[in-house]
Amino acid sequence: MTEPAKVSAARAPHPSSEEGWAGAPIEQAYLTRKRMAVVLGSLAVALAAVCALGVLFGSVKIDFVRAIAQPSSPDHAILFAARMPRVLMGAVVGAILAAVGAALQALVRNPLAEGGTLGISSGAAFGAIVALVVSYRFGAGPAVVPIAGFAAAMISTLAVYRLGQMHGRIEPFSLLLVGVIFNTFWSALILLINSVVNLYQTRSILFWLVGSLEAPTYREVALVGALGAGGFLWLVWHARDMNLLSLGDDPARDLGVEVDTARRSIFIATSLMIGAAVSVSGMIGFVGLIVPHILRLAFGADHRLLLPASLLTGAAFLVAADLAARVLIAPGELPVGVITALCGGPFFIYLLRREGHQGIAI
Amino acid sequence: MKASDPVLAGTGLVAGYHGRKVLHEVSLQVAAGELLAVVGPNGAGKSTLLKVLSGNFDPWDGVVKLEGRPLHEYDRRAVARRLASLGQESVCAFAFTVMEMVLMGRAPHLGALRLESARDVRIAREALQRFDLLPLAARAINEISGGERRRVFLARVLAQEPQVALLDEPTAFLDLKHVVEIFSCLAQLRAERAMAVVATMHDLNAAALYADRVLLLKEGRTVGCGRAEEVLTRENLRLVYETDVYVGRNPATGAVAILPAAR
Repeated sequence: MTEPAKVSAARAPHPSSEEGWAGAPIEQAYLTRKRMAVVLGSLAVALAAVCALGVLFGSVKIDFVRAIAQPSSPDHAILFAARMPRVLMGAVVGAILAAVGAALQALVRNPLAEGGTLGISSGAAFGAIVALVVSYRFGAGPAVVPIAGFAAAMISTLAVYRLGQMHGRIEPFSLLLVGVIFNTFWSALILLINSVVNLYQTRSILFWLVGSLEAPTYREVALVGALGAGGFLWLVWHARDMNLLSLGDDPARDLGVEVDTARRSIFIATSLMIGAAVSVSGMIGFVGLIVPHILRLAFGADHRLLLPASLLTGAAFLVAADLAARVLIAPGELPVGVITALCGGPFFIYLLRREGHQGIAI
Repeated sequence: MKASDPVLAGTGLVAGYHGRKVLHEVSLQVAAGELLAVVGPNGAGKSTLLKVLSGNFDPWDGVVKLEGRPLHEYDRRAVARRLASLGQESVCAFAFTVMEMVLMGRAPHLGALRLESARDVRIAREALQRFDLLPLAARAINEISGGERRRVFLARVLAQEPQVALLDEPTAFLDLKHVVEIFSCLAQLRAERAMAVVATMHDLNAAALYADRVLLLKEGRTVGCGRAEEVLTRENLRLVYETDVYVGRNPATGAVAILPAAR
């Protein structure tokens, strides 16, 4: 990929403000069709490569010839029943988390926002756990789990958004603080449920709190993939609105955005996507923070590119993180949430320090 | 619609915050190509008036008409194709480039999933050129100075190609050279495109020099509206600003010139 280097060169700090910047062609100053095609094409190739690695390697070595030729062999089972759905689920969940991160950051005008830091993921996890317990007791179908996750994510988003406003204006830092508190609160509720009811389900409480891609089925992959795709298309429809919303409500309205409608759409779409992802993978943190930030630095802030680029990069990132989780302590396995949190924690602090002095207001 | 009909008209506008009235029955209109300056001390309701006119703030009473139709009958995109606003310091969380910022002015003219066409890029380029901003096109908006940013937002208003521009303190943070440049640019646009401008101004001398008409506000009420020499009189200004002023003529331009008359 030569494109990132070129683009970031154009964005490099100015040598001297007196001389001007007559040398840079203006095409590098905004999103062109060519940049869209080159960036998304390269990222798609990278994603395919990472997925191939994810299928090729794992905690045990398998014989691919036997895996394909002999359907009864354990190699076949490992490849098709364990690795493939896991890689696919990693891609779907990573894509959702990163795209939602980019959208939420535009919605609340804060590059530190994502499902995890705003307490939406933990809200969704709480909803999913309640649904699991209830469906176990009363025998409702498994479909209620993502639905409950979505509903709880929606409530959590709205609550954080409302409480993070002061006098009708979004205060980026107090909003983030409210999110962090919600996160703690939901996590405490999850632990509370865990101690009063016995979760007979295969997924332990740790699964929800740390986030893991263990043992998904193709059916789950298809369901979450469909919800994610629907939500994503909805977000893409509002991609330019997100550019304008990041200027503030009044400027966005002045530039033709129906602010309330756009915001409601983004709320619903992101809640739907987080609810779906969390119901199968628990709370995998920081993907939505790291991925959009790096992409913005490399390719610019325009959401028409940022959203699809986040989708592809988030997918590749989580598949790679999960591969690391599977091979680092092989034959044992780490939950993938451990890997993303280990990368994401320091990254968050770095962003916080950086945004702190740079200032969010211009 | 006849050419002399107002492009934008507000009638009996009453507005306020938390039960406190900020505007008391203010009426104004601006015709194609005209520059109307809104002046008055801090807290006179200038910014609120502009927000009501742009549809960002619902008035308690009164009606705003854009090209003869009530503002609330338009959808936001239709408004944005006709009316552009420059607010006071706005906020941007992300490092858009100067060019991207100006291209955003084209948004109301584009379908939801469209990238800007070659024509949109040309319009944005011309807007940058007019405000001396081409050398900064690839710079991030949060890396440039406050005065440069002000010009970027003005260039965005230009790229929006509106019939009316509502400018809240358009020359805040600008040095004298750019103040003069911006008003001569606005004069050009008013002549070329018959664009109407409503601008709040702190600087009474600039208002007297550049505006066709001046609306003088005190505590949300109209004190006077008309040509500068009729409105910016010593009596009116003493009443509004509660200090004595000297009102003379600028020998270079012949415009009304105002100086404080008390130490």
